[in-house]
Amino acid sequence: MLITYREAIRQALRELLKDPTVFLMGEDIGAYGGAFAVTKGFLEEYGPARVIDTPISESGLVSAAIGAGMAGAHPVVEVMTINFTLLAFDALVNHAAKIHGMSGGRVDVPLILRTVTGSGNQLGAQHSQNIEGHYAMVPGLKVLAPATPADAKGLLLSALYEPNPVFIAEHFALYNTKGEVEEGRTFVPINKANVLRAGADVTLIAYSRMAIVCLHAAELLAQDGIAAEVLDMRTLRPLDLETIFTSIAKTHYAVMVEETGKGTSIGGSLIAEVQEQIFDALHGPIRWVAGLPVPVPYNKTLERETIPSAESIARAARELVNA
Amino acid sequence: MDRELSLRAYHQMALIRLFEDKAGEQYGRGKIGGFLHLYIGEEACAVGAIAALRHEDYVITHYRDHGHALAKGCSARAVMAELYGKRTGVSKGLGGSMHLFCPENRLMGGYAIVGGHIPIGTGLALGIRHLGQDLVCVVFFGDGAVNEGEFHEALNMASVWKLPVVFFCENNLYAMGTAITRTSAVTEVYRRAEAYAMPGQRVDGMDVEAVYRATREAVARARGGSGPTLLEAMTYRFKGHSMADAVTYRSRDEEAGWRPRDPLPLFRERLLADGRATEEELAAIEQAVKAEVEDAVRFAEASPEPTMEDVLTSVYAPCRACSE
Ligand SMILES: Cc1ncc(C[n+]2csc(CCOP(=O)(O)OP(=O)(O)O)c2C)c(N)n1
Ligand SMILES: [Mg+2]
Repeated sequence: MLITYREAIRQALRELLKDPTVFLMGEDIGAYGGAFAVTKGFLEEYGPARVIDTPISESGLVSAAIGAGMAGAHPVVEVMTINFTLLAFDALVNHAAKIHGMSGGRVDVPLILRTVTGSGNQLGAQHSQNIEGHYAMVPGLKVLAPATPADAKGLLLSALYEPNPVFIAEHFALYNTKGEVEEGRTFVPINKANVLRAGADVTLIAYSRMAIVCLHAAELLAQDGIAAEVLDMRTLRPLDLETIFTSIAKTHYAVMVEETGKGTSIGGSLIAEVQEQIFDALHGPIRWVAGLPVPVPYNKTLERETIPSAESIARAARELVNA
Repeated sequence: MDRELSLRAYHQMALIRLFEDKAGEQYGRGKIGGFLHLYIGEEACAVGAIAALRHEDYVITHYRDHGHALAKGCSARAVMAELYGKRTGVSKGLGGSMHLFCPENRLMGGYAIVGGHIPIGTGLALGIRHLGQDLVCVVFFGDGAVNEGEFHEALNMASVWKLPVVFFCENNLYAMGTAITRTSAVTEVYRRAEAYAMPGQRVDGMDVEAVYRATREAVARARGGSGPTLLEAMTYRFKGHSMADAVTYRSRDEEAGWRPRDPLPLFRERLLADGRATEEELAAIEQAVKAEVEDAVRFAEASPEPTMEDVLTSVYAPCRACSE
């Protein structure tokens, strides 16, 4: 069926809620229906024991979810936007990520944290960050960033079978986008990148909204006779290097694309892995198209200039291949 | 309030009301983007509290900040230009509605991470103390912010160090769509002061003079070295949380119950009743305010956009420890 990214997540949450250990918690997810209307109607349907409106206490509520997970429940937390997860950075980095390892593998932390990433809505510097990459640098966390409705549903459903803390960055600009999604319980593995579009000339690597923008860039490149392969990372930790290497071994050219400021996310690590492990497959330097590393400005025109576009991606790919 | 102060307060309240109406209108026309949080209904809080301050005293606030900025003396022109994202805005068009900075008026910013600025307010007071200045800082925040850890950390430090700071909670009963009763074990915010051994007081946030009196006392205590106070002003936002909010979580009856408490007509009637002002004087203020807001819109419309150079040079202050 053709449904939105939002609806796909709603379907997955309904499936999760069939498991009695699952409950949802977060700010304004109940009476208000969620800041992005993902849980609209859930409070009425599932009741306040399964859909918990929390105080504005990100540090406390994420830590409480960790504890509930340790006790055997499977909490699904919504943090209204990724910017506010920074208040729970301690909970996630010092605690959730380390408990399994510190306990010698004896204690699990099953926890699903959904949050909303992205810039481009004139929300100002404190509300326009894509900091999923920060979390992707933390051993012990799994970090997912779906680009399509099918992946949004399939990854969230798979997270139920993860005995580890799973951080899912949904993109605000994708909620109303549509795609084909299978009914019922569909799973996407939490360690596999996905080829969104096949091509032989250059690999565009991205995740979340930028993967979709890369599809547009691939259209532009096709007009110039360049066949771009678009690789959607889907999971930032663990990174599926194998799929990335396979693609680059075929195309010999790669462009790393990120919405956030250059050097502030996972792209640099990925590029380093490619040059260290498959240097000989490359016929040119890896291009890195990323946002500007600045506090995102409010002004509409300037904000847009801080984010890569299909045109800027296509330009970089063209220069690379034609060099 | 004496006559002069009353007229000034009325002017500011009327200005904020009209400014906010206009901002909402321009948002609807796509002139203003992002999130826009209007202060309509809460004017007596900013105006009453800031009337108790000297120009050099500090204010730091949350994202619902237009009222604080105007009351602290920022021009309607520069605030409107900021909402328009123009270079002549208080934050050069780079901050937007939620981040009004006006250091020349000692408005040290509006912040969009709930609760995060409260300990920064404690820190401004720490700086004041360290530098031996005769100043105070007022920190504005909402009822939703008091459940963040930072609120508690900020109050404790301020109290143990007896810092010159006033914590001013604008309790409008809701944090977005969540009623305070659903998420706070103690819904009388002022009682939380007890936990940190400081005075706590609830005041009618729809009565600008009540707010002024309570803040004046708290400011005197702070300036006199007796430490912080927690004030809780009971108020109501007449509009949604932001422009995107359809306000489905509170009853129309509840809203109607607050209408008669609208701080503007209340203050207006009082000024007329006790002879502090004449109808003509108040009408003249209302006319002046209208002109001021219209001028602000014209100014914002005509102002230039900031440039990418502005963005790139604003990331860091110029380095004084770098070599060429
Ligand atoms: C740390 C953090 N968590 C959540 C949010 C989202 N948010 C923005 S405003 C708000 C409600 C705050 O309510 P309150 O403090 O009562 O202020 P009011 O809007 O009522 O003036 C929330 C939850 C945020 N901006 N920052
Ligand atoms: Mg509130």
